[in-house]
Amino acid sequence: MMTDKEVEETTAKVNGFENITGAEAILKCLIEEGVDTIFGYPGGAIMPVYDKLMDYDHKLRHILTRHEQGAAHAAQAYAMVTGKPGICFATSGPGATNLITGIANAYLDSIPMIFITAQVVSGLIGTDAFQETDILGVSMPVTKWNWQIKKSQDIPEIIAKAFYIATTGRPGPVLIDIAKDAQQEKLQFKYKKCNYLRSYNPHVPLNTKAIESAAIMINHAEKPMILAGHGILLSRAENELLQLAEKTGIPVAVTLLGLSAFPSGHRLYAGYLGMHGNYAPNLLTNEADLLIAIGMRFDDRVTGNLKKYAKKARIIHIEIDQAEINKNVLVDLEIHSDAKEALLNLIPLVKPNSYESWIREFRICDKIEYDRVVKEETKPETGKIRMGEVVKLVSDMTNGDAVIVTDVGQNQMTAARYYRFTQPNSLVTSGGMGTMGFGLPASVGAKIGKPDKQVITFIGDGGFQMTIQELGTILHYHIPVKIIILNNGFLGMVRQWQEMFFKKRYASTELVNPDFIAIAGGYKIPAKKVTERGELKAAIAGLLAEEGAYLLDIDIDKEGNVLPMIEPGASVSDITLNYKG
Amino acid sequence: MRQEFTLSIFSENHIGILNEITIILTRRQINIESITASESAVKGVHLLTLVVKTTPDMVRKIARQIEKLIEVLKVFVHTSDQIIYQEIALFKVSTKSMMSGNILETIVKDFNARILVVSPEYMVVEKTGHKSEINELLVHLEPFGVLQFARSGRVAITKQVKELNVYLKELDEAHRNKAETIETLK
Repeated sequence: MMTDKEVEETTAKVNGFENITGAEAILKCLIEEGVDTIFGYPGGAIMPVYDKLMDYDHKLRHILTRHEQGAAHAAQAYAMVTGKPGICFATSGPGATNLITGIANAYLDSIPMIFITAQVVSGLIGTDAFQETDILGVSMPVTKWNWQIKKSQDIPEIIAKAFYIATTGRPGPVLIDIAKDAQQEKLQFKYKKCNYLRSYNPHVPLNTKAIESAAIMINHAEKPMILAGHGILLSRAENELLQLAEKTGIPVAVTLLGLSAFPSGHRLYAGYLGMHGNYAPNLLTNEADLLIAIGMRFDDRVTGNLKKYAKKARIIHIEIDQAEINKNVLVDLEIHSDAKEALLNLIPLVKPNSYESWIREFRICDKIEYDRVVKEETKPETGKIRMGEVVKLVSDMTNGDAVIVTDVGQNQMTAARYYRFTQPNSLVTSGGMGTMGFGLPASVGAKIGKPDKQVITFIGDGGFQMTIQELGTILHYHIPVKIIILNNGFLGMVRQWQEMFFKKRYASTELVNPDFIAIAGGYKIPAKKVTERGELKAAIAGLLAEEGAYLLDIDIDKEGNVLPMIEPGASVSDITLNYKG
Repeated sequence: MRQEFTLSIFSENHIGILNEITIILTRRQINIESITASESAVKGVHLLTLVVKTTPDMVRKIARQIEKLIEVLKVFVHTSDQIIYQEIALFKVSTKSMMSGNILETIVKDFNARILVVSPEYMVVEKTGHKSEINELLVHLEPFGVLQFARSGRVAITKQVKELNVYLKELDEAHRNKAETIETLK
């Protein structure tokens, strides 16, 4: 006679089911979705999942960060460089709330991510049990979707939905909260991917009439400019963007997250838009007669004063998220569509063209920017080391082929300005949220996602200390990331604003820093302090040549400013090249 | 210019959807004037009727943000002339006041209200209509001693021709087309 267990197993087999625990089902769902890497941190409520993970370590690699926020940022960076959704585990209560900054960061930057948090046993939910927090309520404003599972049987369907929602349309983070008893309870497991939800329609049929109108507007424009955003990279439309630009001869400006969507060295590259962007694309936004905005959302850091933004231009907005169209800037033609699909349909309708005199205006502006800002920033002969010259050297010495990770602030703006990106998805940065502390954990995820690339992180002495514990993760997994601390002993960007707008009153921005070389030593990461310009090149060469992780702590001009700058409230065309206090 | 808008929000019947909607309104500091939730004519689809006072530009933005919520099927924004709407109010009035002749009876008749319950202590008057009519009746009843007054949120039927089930059918069709488009893109 068969035992109960055998009967159960046989019935399950006949019906095409497997009889497994909720914890195992979670892992099987991830494998079905092609996941091989998870970032996370264990704790009481998620222990059943971690226990099962030991049996699956040949298929699922788990990276234990040193803080849940680090896991979230690392998983985001992994998603940004691989195009696969980032997966992150955390336990209930503080584990889950520690993720929030990372989730919000991914939400503002439209990164596909699945956060799985554990919850106390279902009978205790709502009772203020130990390590219970209402993570659904807490994460609701910063997730694309969230859900709580109390019955193990629901796990496959909800996880399938989570992947569908996170990765389609405008991507974003989703959070699945799973009660501990649902992880322990058995279920009849069968996985079916989700590709349809009645209430969620990520693919809108393309309005071909609008595409035709766009082509007419483009064919008749005299001073057109393309504004390319993150949507190009998310929809993998870099080639289509290049084709559109080369066929029409229209210059391409990019947003911060659009950097690397178009080669920085291309003759039609107009530069980087926004508060600390390039002179030409900002200034000429107000001269253009047509703006073709693709996969971007007219963020206030890009537009400056909306009342004085692009008044001479008609605007075409190609955007997958309809809520972004006409939100900040009223447009003349809206194309609610995936960038790639819209461009594929648009390219055949536009006429080959060239805008020599219009392009010349960009080059004139570039020359002005070079003479007044870039030259001094990248090739100074005297004074302390400048951020720009470090980034420029790294860019030249890597031929623009590295994956660049940044923290937030002056280090980020300088990296965005002076690195010449040649490969798509080669910049990992925190755009919408501007999260200090993003850089170090993000470098972990970026390197794991792109092990064959040189991954170089530019980070300030402030942001480095916000998530400095992730040096432990780098040590633990021997992750060969290259860390460059641009050390000015200040919270540099805030200090710059204090200098410019708060009468140089440096309130709480000067830092007393530890010996970063000694700290790196504690984590067995070789490191070098650079104080003189003469040693810089050799030091960077040493960093690049190192097989394992390496850290450079570079002394930077204490009161260096990032220029040009569009001052808050100013128009894009009032961009300041010089600031003399 | 701020004006009154009625939002008809069709959604899946899921826990938390109201919370997600109010988050969007709270962020923009928009007060909900009235709210009603119930099942719609389509099985499994919920209808939330919200009345808000804001600018046309703002209502368009929040409607799109609400429609973006995963479990929301469709949002319709209407001005008051595009819908047929009613509210219902119940008034609890002391029965003693009936003794003061037939004035109360006349008021009830004039306002097209009706008396639902009569007990020795109190009676309950029901009035269906627009907010202004209900307010006016309240003013007339107050001298008789209104013990309790409760008013519902707005319920609304739209004058538009395209009904939700037609829209749902279109969604299903779009889904089929999508599968083909994705194939061609590959």
